[in-house]
Amino acid sequence: MRAFIPNYQLTTPASLAEALTLLESEPGVWKPFAGGTDLMVLLEAGRLAHRNYINIWGLNELRGIEATDTHVTLGALTTYTEVQTNPILRREFPMLCQAASETGGLAIQNRGTLGGNIVNASPAADSPPALLAYDAEIELVSNRGSRWLPYQGFHTGYKQMHIDPDELLARIRLPRNTAGLTHYYRKVGTRKAQAISKVCFAAVGKTGQGKLMETRIVVGSVAPIVVRCVQTEAALRGQRPDEETIAAACASLVREISPIDDIRSTAKYRLQVAKNLLADFLATLRT
Amino acid sequence: MNNRHTVEFKVNGEARSLEVFSMARLLDVLREQLQLTGTKEGCGEGECGACTVIIDGQIVNSCLVPMAQVNGCEITTIEGVAGGDQLHAVQQAFIDHGGAQCGICTPGMVLAAVDLLNRNPEPTEHDIRNGLAGNLCRCTGYMKIFESVVRAYKK
Ligand SMILES: Cc1cc2nc3c(=O)[nH]c(=O)nc-3n(C[C@H](O)[C@H](O)[C@H](O)COP(=O)(O)OP(=O)(O)OC[C@H]3O[C@@H](n4cnc5c(N)ncnc54)[C@H](O)[C@@H]3O)c2cc1C
Ligand code: FES
Ligand code: FES
Repeated sequence: MRAFIPNYQLTTPASLAEALTLLESEPGVWKPFAGGTDLMVLLEAGRLAHRNYINIWGLNELRGIEATDTHVTLGALTTYTEVQTNPILRREFPMLCQAASETGGLAIQNRGTLGGNIVNASPAADSPPALLAYDAEIELVSNRGSRWLPYQGFHTGYKQMHIDPDELLARIRLPRNTAGLTHYYRKVGTRKAQAISKVCFAAVGKTGQGKLMETRIVVGSVAPIVVRCVQTEAALRGQRPDEETIAAACASLVREISPIDDIRSTAKYRLQVAKNLLADFLATLRT
Repeated sequence: MNNRHTVEFKVNGEARSLEVFSMARLLDVLREQLQLTGTKEGCGEGECGACTVIIDGQIVNSCLVPMAQVNGCEITTIEGVAGGDQLHAVQQAFIDHGGAQCGICTPGMVLAAVDLLNRNPEPTEHDIRNGLAGNLCRCTGYMKIFESVVRAYKK
């Protein structure tokens, strides 16, 4: 059943400083509210347990995409539409743009944010695989200061992550080291728009003299968190991407993921699709 | 606790100031307080697009927008698409080419199409499918809708 609206509070701070002070002064009382595309769905379903929210949508400090020689930095409020229309991201981080274009429909892309996608912490979210494959770092801010941490490791379990109640996710930073990489992103779902992934696969790789110099392989919807498959990456290093290597990599991948049966798919299907996508990715690196 | 706030915004060019709950859905305020019932509710969870409106030049699902986020915004609903008695080319095309049957999806479809043509005056079929991907229709089978959009700009 729908929630009783008068029970909820959505307060609008004038600045980031004001938002952080509110978060600090009443620990745990306030939670951020960005584009609302996850929170409003819970509200409608009567499953939004928390009552008090800070409307961060208008905070310009959390918006914008900036580039330096070494990094591209995105505000946490960057929408999927903004991702897709940024020329640097299109050129250097095509998997993030593809993820954005396959997230919901246009109305969702105009409102949903990268920060919300990260902190909502769904293992089926579609941007995190791309962000992890691009070695993203994230910045958390509070009145105590700012800290940057690798996105890899931020999520520790289902909906568990290293963020304190007084912190906001402020920015996401991508190192501009993608020159010469092959980018491979596949979202497998029932329909192109609006569908939640059954499996989401993002990987980059590079070969030299026929051997795999570097791969970064990430799979979503196959474990309680999105998984960067570091053991599989290690097993691939220095190998030729031939049939034998692919078989060994698939065997390693199976040990790193733990898909389950749910309403969208089965463990068996997810496992097979993840292996197929890994094999297909490695085959594209063969030439 | 008093969770009612004054929110000021423009709807179809007209300035409005309303006392509302901060978490009230824009969809409900449009329909129930402003009697702009052209905006429809299908799913209430962002899936169907029946509640589509344009906020500051972008389509959104009004079922997912709380009133606190509407302050200072300009909103166009289906009631604001026609210029007086003159229907928008998209509306006329939907009438002429069978783009509407039961009509529940139509306001959202029309707004999504108007927005698409504003951004991209000569969309390909792929662009049209993408632009309308968030709008579901249970009647037409979509082909008449796509055709209506094409006719609207080829006119
Ligand atoms: C119809 C529909 C289709 C969808 N399709 C997809 C899809 O294909 N793929 C996909 O991955 N997702 C999809 N989503 C989910 C959703 O759109 C995304 O997860 C979106 O990125 C959430 O961002 P938001 O700003 O709307 O988050 P909100 O709903 O505002 O917030 C989500 C969570 O993040 C927290 N939060 C938000 N911003 C911050 C911040 N800066 N710092 C700290 N915490 C923060 C909030 O407290 C909340 O817990 C879909 C949703 C709908 C309704
Ligand atoms: S009612 Fe808003 S998207 Fe269906
Ligand atoms: S005309 Fe009936 S849902 Fe589209």
